Amino acid sequence: MALAGLFLILFLPVHLVINFMLLKSDPLPFNKAAQFMASFPLIRIIEIVLISAILIHIFYGIYIQLVNWRARPVKYAVQIRTKTSFFSKFMIWTGATVFIFLVIHFFNFYFMRLGLVQGNPEDFYSVAHSLFKIPAYNYIYLLCFILLGLHLYHAIISAFQTIGLNHRLWTPVVKAFAWIYAIIIPAGFAVISITIWQFR
Amino acid sequence: MNLTLKIWRQKDTKSKGKFVTYKMPDVSPEMSFLEMLDALNHKLIGSGDDPVAFEHDCREGICGSCGMYINGHPHGPVPAVTTCLLSMRHFSDGDTITVEPWRAKPFPVIKDLIVDRSAMDQIQIAGGFISVNTGAAPEANSILVPKKNSEEAFDSAVCIGCGACVAACKNASAMLFVSARISQYALLPQGKVEARERVRAMVAKMDELGFGNCSNTGACEAECPKQIRLVNIARLNREYYKAY
Repeated sequence: MALAGLFLILFLPVHLVINFMLLKSDPLPFNKAAQFMASFPLIRIIEIVLISAILIHIFYGIYIQLVNWRARPVKYAVQIRTKTSFFSKFMIWTGATVFIFLVIHFFNFYFMRLGLVQGNPEDFYSVAHSLFKIPAYNYIYLLCFILLGLHLYHAIISAFQTIGLNHRLWTPVVKAFAWIYAIIIPAGFAVISITIWQFR
Repeated sequence: MNLTLKIWRQKDTKSKGKFVTYKMPDVSPEMSFLEMLDALNHKLIGSGDDPVAFEHDCREGICGSCGMYINGHPHGPVPAVTTCLLSMRHFSDGDTITVEPWRAKPFPVIKDLIVDRSAMDQIQIAGGFISVNTGAAPEANSILVPKKNSEEAFDSAVCIGCGACVAACKNASAMLFVSARISQYALLPQGKVEARERVRAMVAKMDELGFGNCSNTGACEAECPKQIRLVNIARLNREYYKAY
């Protein structure tokens, strides 16, 4: 669960860098990058690992959540008032929202490349630009990335703890990194969509 | 102080329980929480009612038997104390105090506020021991232990197995308890010999008994009356990976 999550976390900056090419007026760099990602053999192998990581993360996450719900069949009358990490309480729900976004995202892009959905996989630049021009798509996109940020913050701290890395000096550094990462990555994706929506 | 108590009353494991409200006038701020419940029971017995059943033994924060969930906190709202050491001066005149038993699938209610915590003992029995006779205390310098390790092992060993970590966790996970037991042995040379078998057996028993999984929210650490730290859970995870 933690390892699969960390792998997904590592993939996000790669995706973000490619997405920044959408801001260029020339569609060629983005489409070339997308083609490279779709054809380079090593990337294809990583893609299999990535899809596996997504599936492992989702199914194991759901399994763990079901076990956790079963572990307290009778709830407290007074809700637990212990001060804990706020975001940690909603991981299954923020995760579920990210999953819904992934389904939409796969329908718009990945399935098109696989030939399951109609469209031109050679020109993802135009597909992305036309989607970002739809206000409703933007609202959903931005909401999903805010929730992804909330998910990422606890996910990063939690993943390090789960793989056994808790250190007097380094854990505060991990927590600071989690804050920065959980803000910068979603903000990067949001900036791209808002720029295309409002200024292109 | 005049208090209103809302206490969970349940005849036995199979009965359906409910909250019963009691008025408690003239509660002294010098009383402990358990003494306040004693005073309530004195009144109930005097009027021919069934007294509130609650577990208690040492009343000095060592035995871990007096666990109850008070106003949304295991062992009440004061950090690092057990219910028996919780003073009534932390409450105010006119307060309503809701008292519930620990809620977790492996902790069925026996009566009122008493739950069956033998699941903790079962985890301990599964591997929380050194299986050879260690004999008399060896000469102090024959097995050298770094001071840091001995102190951390002792910090883990102060866990009283009260179950507050399970009660506080949104997943009813026993990871903090198990990690304290594992750490206590893993940090000392005597415990290292059986480290692999121990962690496998204790974690398997924990899962088998129906405790939830740790999602690293930190509620257990915040509510533990003995201040067992989350760093123990990271150590438990490391020990678990090493065992496979």
